[in-house]
Amino acid sequence: MRVARQVGLYAALLAITAFVVVPIGFAVLGGFKDNGQLSVNPFGLPEPWNFANYAEIIASSAFWRPLLNSTIIAVATTLLLVGVAALAAFVFARFAFRGRELIFMLFAVGLMFPFAVAILPLFVLLRELGLLNNPLGVILPQAAFGLPVTIIVLRTFFRAIPGELEEAATLDGCGPLGFFWRILLPMARPALATVSVLAIVASWNSFMLPLVVFNDPSWWTIPLGVRQFQGQYGQDTARILAYVVLAMVPALAFYAVAERQLIGGLTSGAAKG
Amino acid sequence: MGVATLHSPAPPATDAPPRRRRRVPWLTIALFLLPALVLFSLLVLAPIGLASYTSLFKWNGYGGAPTDFVGLGNFVQALTSPIFLGDLGRHATLIALSLLVQLPLALAIAMVLNQKIRGRAFFRLLFFAPYVLSEVITAVLFSLFFSPNLGLANHLLGLVGLGELGQTWLADPKTVLYSLAFVMTWKYFGFHMILYLAGRQNIPNELMEAAAIDGGSPWQIFRYVTLPLLAPTIRISVFLSVLGTIELFDLVWVLTGGGPLHASETMAITMFESGFRRSQVGYASAISILMFVIALTFALLYQKFVMRRDLEGAMTGMRS
Repeated sequence: MRVARQVGLYAALLAITAFVVVPIGFAVLGGFKDNGQLSVNPFGLPEPWNFANYAEIIASSAFWRPLLNSTIIAVATTLLLVGVAALAAFVFARFAFRGRELIFMLFAVGLMFPFAVAILPLFVLLRELGLLNNPLGVILPQAAFGLPVTIIVLRTFFRAIPGELEEAATLDGCGPLGFFWRILLPMARPALATVSVLAIVASWNSFMLPLVVFNDPSWWTIPLGVRQFQGQYGQDTARILAYVVLAMVPALAFYAVAERQLIGGLTSGAAKG
Repeated sequence: MGVATLHSPAPPATDAPPRRRRRVPWLTIALFLLPALVLFSLLVLAPIGLASYTSLFKWNGYGGAPTDFVGLGNFVQALTSPIFLGDLGRHATLIALSLLVQLPLALAIAMVLNQKIRGRAFFRLLFFAPYVLSEVITAVLFSLFFSPNLGLANHLLGLVGLGELGQTWLADPKTVLYSLAFVMTWKYFGFHMILYLAGRQNIPNELMEAAAIDGGSPWQIFRYVTLPLLAPTIRISVFLSVLGTIELFDLVWVLTGGGPLHASETMAITMFESGFRRSQVGYASAISILMFVIALTFALLYQKFVMRRDLEGAMTGMRS
């Protein structure tokens, strides 16, 4: 009976595994084929293995340039966002003052704003500020829209740090800034890692904003690069598959490294810990 | 090092840490809050305010401030437009498919992965992986997967003897929405699975064991013990799923562009097309405000009637 149950469980898991893996496997193997092979044999192993697609993309700036841009924009967004949010979360967590809850609510309501609502006025605003085709035109709004989540997560964490620590630091002559910088931030490393990972992933995958801000290909990020590549090589399916696979690699590698923080961050609120 | 936010008990939202009475250090507070407030007001609140303002005008987005005031005309135009009303129907279809297919699937897998089986961690890691890929990459991948001649979908149907079911999946108004739901399931079921797993881990096993000792069958235990205890997690998962569907853009824009014949168009696509392609910025703003109102109304009603609990911090995974 137990054996039958185990077999059933594994059969279900393998079915779902196929559901997840088959499209990705199709792309990975497809990149090693030419289009002739792809039309008669979309699913089997390549015969012969054709390395030209991957090799050409790895050797071209059409891949490395967007990768670099995505990295610059993700890192800058994250540094700005986490820095600014940590300062605000510190005040929300450790100070009592009139209007605190009201200002906090303002940020919390920001969770409800679909980014699409702001995209048109943002575009007009960035055009007036001369920030189109400028990475700041993507970095600043992304950081601004990331504030609600980041402030809420950090505030919860900062609150959990015992008041006695602050008392002791104050007695030792630490001002609020000193306490924040020397004690609170080092203690909050796990929380900072969590919100940073969330911010990096959000920036890495964002599309609508860079789509309207960057006309000029020199600042295109990976999502824009993938889309452009698909348009450019329309019928060359094998080549597009190779590009898609290479474009997945950084995200999956990052996921492998930061899986804990990512999953922890996403479930931190949902799991009533 | 675990993730601290998972296990730190959240103190009640009203009390600050105990402190000796002293004057409120307004200068410190102002300096710490200022950067966040400036960034947020200028780039989040102001654009939303501007969108409400421009939604009352007929405006192409150029030549200084809008002047051609039309009141609620844009809203009337949207609410009587077959495309926008069609959007609402398509959102309803996508939401229904999420709630009837994607979330139950995620729940079933979470229950399986909660058992003591070999390779549990590996499967969990694998099933969540699609969530990490950008919607654009996912869309390009599946546009090739569903491609009628070089794609894999029809080939697989042929392999299992259903070749005659082969379709031009994304080019046929009858199948495009289901193909889109298929892609959404592929990308997002792992996220909901993770939520359910986290929720399940917060339920003490003794409860299920007690039910088993009382002679409950596995199904009865799931139905009468596990499911009710998972209800808060499921409520959050449904909430995030609906909101995510309301805002859907990237995936559709790249996969189908909203076509064929608007058959996969969403509110965000209609807004983007009107605003950026046809320079009807006033009309597009009205649509974006309608989208906002729908999302907000749903959120408020849902919290009032379904959740009745504090959501704070429960919405960290806004994009799902």
